[in-house]
Amino acid sequence: MNSLTQLAAGLRAKQFSSVELVRAYLERIEASQPRLNAFISVTAAQALEAAAAADRDIAAGRGGPLAGVPIGHKDLFCTAGVRTTCGSRMLENFVSPYDATVVAKLKAAGAVTLGKLNMDEFAMGSSNETSHFGPVRNPWNTDFVPGGSSGGSAAAVAARLVPAATATDTGGSIRQPAALCGITGVKPTYGRVSRYGMIAFASSLDQGGVLATSAEDAALILREMAGFDPNDSTSVDAPVPDYVAALDTPLAGVRIGLIKEFLDEGLDRENESRIREALAVLERLGATLREVSLPNLPLSVPAYYVVAPAECSSNLARYDGVRFGHRCKDPRDLQDLYRRSRGEGFGAEVKRRIMTGTYVLSAGYYDAYYLKAQRVRQLINADFKRAFEEVDVLVGPTSPTAAFRIGAKTADPITMYLNDIYTIGANLAGLPALSAPCGFVGGLPVGLQIVGPHFAEARILNVAHRYQLETDWHRKLPERFA
Amino acid sequence: MSLTRAQIESIAHLARLQLEPAEIPVYQESLSRIIDLVGQLDRADTAGVAPMAHPLPGLTQRLRPDAVTEEDRHELYQANAPQVAAGLYLVPKVIE
Amino acid sequence: MTKSSGTIGDGGSRPEGRGAAGTEPRNAQESSWETVIGLEIHAQLATRSKIFSGASTAYGAPPNAQASLIDLGFPGVLPVLNREVVRMAVRFGLAIGARIARQSVFARKNYFYPDLPKGYQISQYELPIVAQGALDVVLDDGSIKRVGITRAHLEEDAGKSLHEGLGAFTGIDLNRAGTPLIEIVSEPDMRSAKEAVAYMKKVHTLVRYLEICDGNMQEGSFRCDANVSVRPRGSDKFGTRAEIKNINSFRFVEKAIQYEVARQIELIESGGKVVQETRLYDPDKGETRSMRTKEEANDYRYFPDPDLLPLALDDAFIEEVRKDLPELPDEKAARFATQYGLSAYDAGVLTASRELADYYEEVARAVPREPKLAANWVMGELAAALNKENLDVGSEKMPAARLAGLIARIADQTISGKIAKEVFEAMWAGGDSADAIIESKGLRQITDTGAIERAIEEVMAKNPGQLADYRAGKDKLFGFFVGQVMKATQGKANPAQLNELLKKKLSG
Repeated sequence: MNSLTQLAAGLRAKQFSSVELVRAYLERIEASQPRLNAFISVTAAQALEAAAAADRDIAAGRGGPLAGVPIGHKDLFCTAGVRTTCGSRMLENFVSPYDATVVAKLKAAGAVTLGKLNMDEFAMGSSNETSHFGPVRNPWNTDFVPGGSSGGSAAAVAARLVPAATATDTGGSIRQPAALCGITGVKPTYGRVSRYGMIAFASSLDQGGVLATSAEDAALILREMAGFDPNDSTSVDAPVPDYVAALDTPLAGVRIGLIKEFLDEGLDRENESRIREALAVLERLGATLREVSLPNLPLSVPAYYVVAPAECSSNLARYDGVRFGHRCKDPRDLQDLYRRSRGEGFGAEVKRRIMTGTYVLSAGYYDAYYLKAQRVRQLINADFKRAFEEVDVLVGPTSPTAAFRIGAKTADPITMYLNDIYTIGANLAGLPALSAPCGFVGGLPVGLQIVGPHFAEARILNVAHRYQLETDWHRKLPERFA
Repeated sequence: MSLTRAQIESIAHLARLQLEPAEIPVYQESLSRIIDLVGQLDRADTAGVAPMAHPLPGLTQRLRPDAVTEEDRHELYQANAPQVAAGLYLVPKVIE
Repeated sequence: MTKSSGTIGDGGSRPEGRGAAGTEPRNAQESSWETVIGLEIHAQLATRSKIFSGASTAYGAPPNAQASLIDLGFPGVLPVLNREVVRMAVRFGLAIGARIARQSVFARKNYFYPDLPKGYQISQYELPIVAQGALDVVLDDGSIKRVGITRAHLEEDAGKSLHEGLGAFTGIDLNRAGTPLIEIVSEPDMRSAKEAVAYMKKVHTLVRYLEICDGNMQEGSFRCDANVSVRPRGSDKFGTRAEIKNINSFRFVEKAIQYEVARQIELIESGGKVVQETRLYDPDKGETRSMRTKEEANDYRYFPDPDLLPLALDDAFIEEVRKDLPELPDEKAARFATQYGLSAYDAGVLTASRELADYYEEVARAVPREPKLAANWVMGELAAALNKENLDVGSEKMPAARLAGLIARIADQTISGKIAKEVFEAMWAGGDSADAIIESKGLRQITDTGAIERAIEEVMAKNPGQLADYRAGKDKLFGFFVGQVMKATQGKANPAQLNELLKKKLSG
């Protein structure tokens, strides 16, 4: 199947029309839904309309860089006139009155939205099993999870239901599903992509990014997604480099750091082999490897599970059944309205995190937990800064294991949380990071994580791209979806 | 560190979450485990370390000009409202 | 244009004859107690748009017509800070001599209430934009009390709940949600209800001078909460305080505090303990009542708002605001006293608002040698006429130039002060100039000596009996003759000349 880059070029060259392309994808999506459940909403009519408009634009010579290219949006990006659910009963029937900035930008670039992608409820999860709309299944083996929270986006791209999909990453929610589904996923630097219209989970950690089948494709989408937004106070006012133009730089002299604290027993042996093989390829390409120590990094997970729940407990307070969202039947009084609307609207994991957050912010605990976690965050940030004085990128495993069976880790939240052990650090420090496929273990994909310093998206995409010129893991797709 | 039933109930109340009686011990268990996990933070020596609220240090708040840029779109916005009358959002009567 | 503030002055009464500064009505029981009061004032900043969104702040729009997605707390929206809000806060801080924080932080105050759409209010907690300042307040007896201001910070206003007329429901209007507020917290420095009112009035005057708030208490742009406690006189420990919320007039502040002080004293003296709680003032019953909904102390779980970055202000920004500060009330009053030779009291009354002070100055400049006369007319006849019709000095009813025209005619002896009152009434009713009325009604003062003498001679001739009595020693009849000559001349005889000539003629 063609890459997004090739599709964009083919459309521009009028080798096929967007309408034809969209029709083909819509058919694949429909056929896949019973198996994969990747989509929550499929906006077929709007997609065909937009495709027709794109074809007209292309014919008139005024199409944008993504004119006519189909994409999917994770269902936490607000899409005007289209249901936006966050995978939750709370927003089951919420039709957003406005477009997220990311949605508007990609629309302006000419992309055609095929639908809204399934996800862990309110982005809280690492397996896409907490969605109110049912779990998403891994296209490589449908008894297995695709990862989360952007499970729908990853599964859709892996199964070639869309050439690319937007997603978000708060603790690893783009990278981990990318690894588990054998595709490429990029989380940019904090502040690189606008959060306006990206329904908030943890405001100081959330970032919007992309899932695609290659670094090259991801670069193209990211270039259009990124940029300053005056509607987002945390958006950084800095020019967006042309990530596509920077892809081909040779890797000679690139210094790769291996995080000492993560080369430990936590990592599955076979997984580790895939990582080492990938590192060997990078060395062949001219990069040098060295070990670096980030002694506070093992505290990422505890720090995250204070900061993220704290912020989410406050961000989700607006879901109270008053102005939008789920309202319980026949509320007896105001308190009953709140308690039952929220009790019914939110699933267990969301409630768990809201309560954790409420606890760590409450009187008497704020210093011991919230402030402490933010201080540890400072230390982790300093560790990364020091490391990047010696190396250009940090490379390692994205996830401790490959995909696991649906239901295998739902009994104990902590077991689930530990899936993010390698990814969370980049969120705490706001660093750009991606996962690229680097092999298989037991028939299931393994991902290689590449982390860079702030605003080094071009660098990490470059490393991934050069790796993908040498290898073909990223071209593999599940037979059933070939 | 184990959270008590009373603590769970108090937290659930602050967060306005209705919990069934049977759910309380379940949340007690999982929240206690999470707090244990989080307790690992005590291992770090953070004396003299400033808390980091934003991942990109040194950035400061942008200011926007004082201009009216929004218009009345309450009908569109209220399309999602559970209960509206005469432009007002309705909730069960609140006695102050 | 209707009034937005109180009356000019305080209805014309003077301070002499009142009790000592700051004490309640003397009472043996009460003077063994000391009252401690702190005020928290919320002033809506008079910006065009809201603090974090571009929705209008204009008062009186239909429900939810001015509630943007950001004000409604919709999923995915984010706040962006209004520059003018920051400038106004800095203005205030500079005017009270406070330190302006070079870095301040917005924090979330988390609680559930239907008029709080996000389930949290964006406010400032540990690092407010304005730190320690003070205001000098002139008390009733003329003494000056310095009231400390602990801090002033920025926050967003909540919406409004309507409980009436909706049956079993409460209606929520979020137009007000997101309106910028400055919360001004005083030290617990006030020791009586009167001191509290004087401070509140001073703040009210100041925010209007600075043009950062319109001070309209009926519309809710200026609200006051009072923290009241009592303690045995001489003690330095604070008693438990009660908070009285949302009082929207100076009179109610005074009454509410007085009631609460009496309530607390009675409670303690009968063996009870004051509970730290929130109370509402009921103006109909004249009492404060405990608020049911706030029984439990709310855990607001403050933490820095991650959607907003720290607010950094540099010296250049602050200096620009400082350069732009208007002459402040105290400075203006002091200048009026020296420049126009006015008493401190009169200067204070005339500078109670910028509009009034500007009005007075326009009059005084138009009649440069009569600043006191101008002051008397502005504080006297003009004030009375405006108050009667519930107007303020900004209304076009009596432009400064027109009043100045009248005063000029008194000054140049064209009319007497007494006649001038008549002229003023005619000017007020018809909108004409003083000259036009004097002309049309023929009210020019008679200053011709001969004419006055002739009038006197006529009156003397018509009243031989009184003339004889006067010459025999009934000095009081002088007034009778003055009255008769005034009548005969339709009040137009120049009083000073009349007196002099009458004296001469009567003594024969």
